[in-house]
Amino acid sequence: MNNATCLEVTGLSKWFGGLAANKDIDFSVQEGEIVSIIGPNGAGKSTLFNCVTGFYKPSDGKVTFYGRDITRLGADKVCKMGIARTFQIVQVISDMTVLENVMTGALLHFQRIRPATDKAEEILTFTGLYEKKGLLATELTIADKKRLEVSMALATQPRLLMLDESMAGLNKVELHQIIDLIKKIRDKGMTLIVVEHVMEAVMKISDRVIVLNSGKKIMEGTPKEVVSNPEVIQAYLGEKYRVVAK
Amino acid sequence: MHRLTARQIITGVIVLILVVIFPLVIRATFPIHVMILVFLFGMLGIGWNIMGGYAGMFSFGQAAFFGIGAYTSSYLSMSFGINPWLGLVVGGFVAALVAAAIGYPCSSLRGHYFAIASIAFAEIVRVVFNNWKRVGAAEGLSLPMLPESFTNFMFHSSKLPYYYIALVFLLISLVVCYYVATSKMGYYFRAIKESHDVAEVLGVDVVRYRLIAIMISAFLSAVAGTFYAQYILYIDPESVMLLAISVQIVLISMLGGAGSIMGPVIGAAVLIPIAEYTRTTLGYKGTGVDMLIYGLLIMLISMYQPAGVWGFLSRIGRKTR
Repeated sequence: MNNATCLEVTGLSKWFGGLAANKDIDFSVQEGEIVSIIGPNGAGKSTLFNCVTGFYKPSDGKVTFYGRDITRLGADKVCKMGIARTFQIVQVISDMTVLENVMTGALLHFQRIRPATDKAEEILTFTGLYEKKGLLATELTIADKKRLEVSMALATQPRLLMLDESMAGLNKVELHQIIDLIKKIRDKGMTLIVVEHVMEAVMKISDRVIVLNSGKKIMEGTPKEVVSNPEVIQAYLGEKYRVVAK
Repeated sequence: MHRLTARQIITGVIVLILVVIFPLVIRATFPIHVMILVFLFGMLGIGWNIMGGYAGMFSFGQAAFFGIGAYTSSYLSMSFGINPWLGLVVGGFVAALVAAAIGYPCSSLRGHYFAIASIAFAEIVRVVFNNWKRVGAAEGLSLPMLPESFTNFMFHSSKLPYYYIALVFLLISLVVCYYVATSKMGYYFRAIKESHDVAEVLGVDVVRYRLIAIMISAFLSAVAGTFYAQYILYIDPESVMLLAISVQIVLISMLGGAGSIMGPVIGAAVLIPIAEYTRTTLGYKGTGVDMLIYGLLIMLISMYQPAGVWGFLSRIGRKTR
């Protein structure tokens, strides 16, 4: 792993009226890492995602991406800078085929349809959806839709990929497939930030874990450190992890 | 969906040949007039389809662009003697500029909020023209008679030149639409139609692409407006800026199939003859009968075939292939 800082978040806060969804959050992500963000519902994980990717304007604080300030950029500009993301609720273009969906993402770097299509086919081969390229996005299972959404994000050729609960609602087999895919993406040199509830996956893939609770970062560390921290167990994981951690 | 099949090309060529020889065989003026209106509304439908069917901005204000086109070329020709062909281009650009000026502040409006804003915009334009003395206010503008010629865009002895000019305009609009639909722009429009979030996450500058869609749409509608003015030789706000025209444009596109290249043309070919023939056979007693039939068709379409007539045809086409 090399030492370039990919993403740096300093003093980030987001207020909705009187409610602080994110309060003074600091963290940084090194190039090539997989960092997971965990925490109970309402902890501010998705808000943090939205602030970083330009869907929300932070009330305070700063976000830099490879040294460049992206705090005030709109979502499409952030994407052009090289940050791609998926949504908690899958977002695909329903009246397009799988291939067209991914191709639309690839058009960020191509003006013409033909080369964008080639790029899209390459990505679909990588993510294992090539066989289904002719299907309409709506005809896919939920697992395949999530895989498609990841493919669309990859098509924009990001340096940082942010996945928001891409494992929720999947069965065991599908879960392992997506874990393999995430590792494969990292092996290609991409940096990943993952919001996840599935602890099994978090443990397996993460280099570091950031824990949020009530809008604040309560700890950060390796997966092992996190699951043995009493505060984290109290706030999020529950008592059964106290046993596991021992 | 985008590579044209041999079958589609053959069908297209046959239809085109039939349409070209139609006025030479049928010499009565009324059917030719109806066909001209079919072409005109087909063109307006294509204009709507680019912003409504592809980019998902449901405009109920297309009559404003239609009217701006008609007024611009007519006013320029009457006051400054500017050639209507030049006026047609100027009208297109004026409409596109107005569209950008009104579209920009509306760029965060989606769905029915956009639709409401478009109605408000078109009504404001209509009221302004209705009171604007310089352009004839409610009395409208009567174009001065010039010798008939292609250069003057005016023909008195026969409707045939209008017929073929309208046909060429329609074909050009189809080519524009085909180009839009099969280019980067078209895919970005469809992403925006799905949701602004999904578009932005793919790096689409939503505001910019929405403005592009609105401007193309306005330009095509304004060109249709100039054609109408040169054809009827009289315009007033009631004839070119009425909300009913905007609604008719939407219905035509929805019936034919929003978001498909041929949809609006098919919609116009079905609805315009119904409207014109009920109006002439039933006279003023029949006012509204065409709307009744429209309503019924729209209900049937939305219940059984939301993709419109085009969706229905292409499904049959797929089955029999």
